[in-house]
Amino acid sequence: MSFGWSLFVIALTSLNILACAWLINWSSKMNIGDGETTGHIWDGDIVEGNNSLPRWWLGLFWITIIFGCGFLVAYPSFGDFSLLKWDQISQYEEEIAAAEAVYGEVFAEFAATPLDELKNNPAALSAGRNLFANNCSTCHGSDARGARGFPNLADAEWQWGGDPDQILTTIRSGRTGIMPPFGAALDDATRQLLADYVLSLAGREVDAERVAAGEQQFRTFCFACHGLTGEGSTLLGGLALNNEIWRHGSGRSIILDVITNGRNGAMPAQEPLLGADRTHVLAAYVLSLSDED
Amino acid sequence: MESAKTYSDTVVRQFAIVTILWGIVGMTVGLWIAAQLLWPVLNFDISWLSYGRLRPLHTNAVIFAFGGSALFATSYYVVQRTCHVSLFLPRLAAFTFWGWQTVIVLAAVTLPLGLTQGKEYAELEWPIDLLIAAVWIAYGVVFFGTLATRRVKHIYVANWFYAAFIITVALLHIVNSLAIPVSVGKSYPIYSGTVDAMVQWWYGHNAVGFFLTAGFLGIMYYFVPKQAQRPIYSYRLSVVHFWALISIYMWAGPHHLHYTTLPDWAQSIGMVFSLMLLAPSWGGMINGIMTLSGAWHKLRTDPILKFMIVSLSFYGMSTFEGPMMSIRTVNALSHYTDWTIGHVHSGALGWVAMISVGALYNLIPRVFGRDKMYSTPLIDVHFWTTTIGIVLYIASMWIAGVMQGLMWRSVNDDGTLTYSFVESLEATYPFYAVRLLGGALVLSGMFVMAYNVWKTVEMGRRIEAVPVLEPA
Repeated sequence: MSFGWSLFVIALTSLNILACAWLINWSSKMNIGDGETTGHIWDGDIVEGNNSLPRWWLGLFWITIIFGCGFLVAYPSFGDFSLLKWDQISQYEEEIAAAEAVYGEVFAEFAATPLDELKNNPAALSAGRNLFANNCSTCHGSDARGARGFPNLADAEWQWGGDPDQILTTIRSGRTGIMPPFGAALDDATRQLLADYVLSLAGREVDAERVAAGEQQFRTFCFACHGLTGEGSTLLGGLALNNEIWRHGSGRSIILDVITNGRNGAMPAQEPLLGADRTHVLAAYVLSLSDED
Repeated sequence: MESAKTYSDTVVRQFAIVTILWGIVGMTVGLWIAAQLLWPVLNFDISWLSYGRLRPLHTNAVIFAFGGSALFATSYYVVQRTCHVSLFLPRLAAFTFWGWQTVIVLAAVTLPLGLTQGKEYAELEWPIDLLIAAVWIAYGVVFFGTLATRRVKHIYVANWFYAAFIITVALLHIVNSLAIPVSVGKSYPIYSGTVDAMVQWWYGHNAVGFFLTAGFLGIMYYFVPKQAQRPIYSYRLSVVHFWALISIYMWAGPHHLHYTTLPDWAQSIGMVFSLMLLAPSWGGMINGIMTLSGAWHKLRTDPILKFMIVSLSFYGMSTFEGPMMSIRTVNALSHYTDWTIGHVHSGALGWVAMISVGALYNLIPRVFGRDKMYSTPLIDVHFWTTTIGIVLYIASMWIAGVMQGLMWRSVNDDGTLTYSFVESLEATYPFYAVRLLGGALVLSGMFVMAYNVWKTVEMGRRIEAVPVLEPA
């Protein structure tokens, strides 16, 4: 904000406060006594007394005005001027630094421990559970069992790999999974064949001829990400299709919709938000979840 | 129409009756969405009935349909009586009635359809905004025209507050609603980002200050001395608190945006001026309550007066609570919790609804040619259901809000947050149930009122125009 606008606001706010002070002073000089009325009558019977302002009320008004003026000088109000040199960004940074001074050590120690070991450390898992509840459960669920469109983290199935390092990378840097839409590229009959073939991969009963025809299409259009036998690819994030685990639902119409319209999956990077140490603890927690099964 | 020498009360009667109708409609929607918070299945998976669409319908219905109609009815009634003339351009007043009802019906259709500008208390899309502006300007012409033709020298204090309310709401509405239309049902505000937020809360908090406060202080200043048959306590107090209130309110909006991208200096000014609002707000409460001094015994027999005095108490309480909540450190706890909801309802139900109801119980028999309401005991029933309902509502939301704020900031030994959001939601359920009960009590009182008004109106079938009183 330019200096001119600052001056404008300073002038207006100061004038407003001064006007209130003047008003209080003016009212104390009115010469109609307590108990008397002003002499005006409206609607037959409405009259006005003119009692003095209650002293406690006046005191309250003065206290808020004086406190207000003090606050306006102490905290940034007149432009950026602040006697206490306060601003909200600094307050945030100071509070974060103070918290880091207390808690940083705990997490630094966790971060120095290899994940395979940390996943058995109850203190780390307790911290991980709380971090998960506040940062991850919105998509993955409080029990980490996912939801339609969001992967279950408590099983042994991993889109981007279940090794400690792979999980850590997923959490820290995020992932973007893209199933491209084939609605424009393939005709309806071909997409129907592919849907049947995907169902057969998961062990559903499908007409053998259609499976054979579908397999041919699959090996042309889908195998690059999903693998020749539908085993998936952790490198590309291609989902495994040869099981009964379904990311977007298992009905034939849903599978057809996924093939036709595609899907985008986005796991946001957590390191910029939580830092390296806390994401390390989260990875240990996520690892421990699949151990329980 | 000076020759007729009678008050133009048709429009007053119309607005008075729809006030009760819209009160019931608005509160019913409120009750429904309060129930949805407990039982989400109540949206029946129909988008029109989802919480996000019904919530703005509830707020618009109670503020602008219920509160607005109460303000129209009482201001048209009061300005004629205290100026000793009939309404200026009564046909234009009739336009404000039908125009305002059209706005309400359009709101009730478009909000559930999801047509919204997404600005709180200013959700309605631009064609409706234009109609609101037209109605409001007409309202101003009628009101100020009546003031200008008054037959007494002094303008009564109630009219100062109505006047400030009418002028400021026009300004707020027009500035905040400036938008570029892209189709009949869609427009984009001309402001963006932080500026948009600041304009919105400049509007939003002054909607509280001028629509829900100044306007209803106008009601208070006429109907409390009328009902108590006592002089207003202090003329000079009304002068001081009027000017202080309307000037200081203008700066208070930024307290809705503490710890956001709004610059620090704007936040500080918002907080300081909110604190300085405490005494001017209480000035109105003192002037109302002290008007009863020497007539306290009337509270024993007159439930209408009870409505008015309790509403002033709620006004005093919420105007103490508001400045406290505007303090940055308190706000850090209270913001985004149900404490805010409790605060709003102690103002909207405790102050706005109760003073309106009290005024209507005074006004309705007079404009329908009766001496008094059909049943005084039923007014007492209404008073107690409302009072108990409001206390249950705000007490449960206070506890819920403080609990949520404390849960959200609670940390473990390792510095992680103790509770997830869902846990705080789960802990709030019992309080949502109490709030629902409180709301149900308030709504049931409105049905009692509707019955009482129906019987009163029915008894006075023949309505004779009331002659304009000669000035004293």
